[in-house]
Amino acid sequence: MSELHQTPSQTVGPFFGYALPYEGGTALLPPHSPGTIRFHGTVFDGAGEAVPDAVVEIWQADAAGAVVAKRGSLSRDGYTFTGFGRAAVDGWGHFSFTTVKPGAMRAGSAPYILVTIFARGLLQHLFTRAYFGEDDPFLHSLGERAATLFAVEDGDASYRFDIHLQGESETVFIDYGVDVGA
Amino acid sequence: MELSTQKEISAEIAELQATADPSRSHPDRAFSAYRSTALRHPKHTLVRADPEVIELVSPVYGHSDVAPWESDLTIQHAGVPLGERIIVTGRVVDGEGRPVRHQLVEVWQANSGGRYVHKRDQHPAPLDPNFTGAGRIITDEDGGYRFVTIKPGPYPWKNHRNAWRPAHIHFSLFGDQFTQRLVTQMYFPGDPLFPLDPILQSISQQEARDRLVASYDHEVTTEEWATGYRWNIVLTGSKATRMEQEGDA
Ligand SMILES: [Fe+3]
Repeated sequence: MSELHQTPSQTVGPFFGYALPYEGGTALLPPHSPGTIRFHGTVFDGAGEAVPDAVVEIWQADAAGAVVAKRGSLSRDGYTFTGFGRAAVDGWGHFSFTTVKPGAMRAGSAPYILVTIFARGLLQHLFTRAYFGEDDPFLHSLGERAATLFAVEDGDASYRFDIHLQGESETVFIDYGVDVGA
Repeated sequence: MELSTQKEISAEIAELQATADPSRSHPDRAFSAYRSTALRHPKHTLVRADPEVIELVSPVYGHSDVAPWESDLTIQHAGVPLGERIIVTGRVVDGEGRPVRHQLVEVWQANSGGRYVHKRDQHPAPLDPNFTGAGRIITDEDGGYRFVTIKPGPYPWKNHRNAWRPAHIHFSLFGDQFTQRLVTQMYFPGDPLFPLDPILQSISQQEARDRLVASYDHEVTTEEWATGYRWNIVLTGSKATRMEQEGDA
């Protein structure tokens, strides 16, 4: 059977702000509900400047490490945890989610939030992982650069995950081997 | 920094395409003719990882997530927007041609004058009080989507001197696996701005660029109402087995 060819990616552009963010998109659970954390950070470019026109999406397991498959990832009911969130960064490149700390999805791996970044100037989105824990074979394989993938506790129930698109502390971005050729 | 001329940009595009990896469908993130890529593309090679369970599933959407009027961008205000009413329809499928069912398609675009509602779009074309330019659709059993809108106009941008984007509609798509996630742009057939646009030309292969161009379809065109365009989307995922989702039923 012949494979169909992938539709190519294009940049999200600068003008998505009135279209992609949606009500409740940054709150995977209502703020201050029991067990929630703040997951936040800043997106930086190669000159160390904040990127003011990026969209960050997160997709994650729940606190027990279970992947949720409940309808309603877009229309929040204020109760159901769906595991998906979307934030347009503010004018200072900052994004912030209310979510739960994910559990490990399998034995021997550290829990993580899958993070996707879209921006003006980014012709194809980038995937990365924000890890809550250091003991993981993927992290071990990265050497010193593994440090870019840790969600850093920076307050009471608050974790910071800065994203460097380029530069000295460039974040490790992940290739899942999905760019099927023309 | 002095802005380049279109001639310089076109020469740069030709040079970049000549040395591009012909096996890639996606653009090169470091495509320098699109100036904003300079400080925003990673310089390290991306690190290969096996997708884990979270990467092999996608958020589950349902019709409760999207209101029916969200697929008609011409009825979101009190009056009728100005411009050429069009219908855009097609299918979302995976690399094996299987329909991507019940997934979210989001679209956004400029109005018929080439102006976005976005406050950072300041070019002197009129805003249309009857047009916002954002819509959402959930794909059907066959992976099909359909929406009604106004044909967007081309618009100037400051990438280089006298730079104009070909008319396009932005699309955001989810597949059955999160690794199929795609944000892209749909173009209209025969646009003379295609060869001049570093964003479209960031895709090195003509055949791959053609996949972003909708076709006019008279079967979609509706008498006394709107012209029709068809555009199909392919989301290839990682090779691992597709997971069945609880919400699929
Ligand atoms: Fe645009």
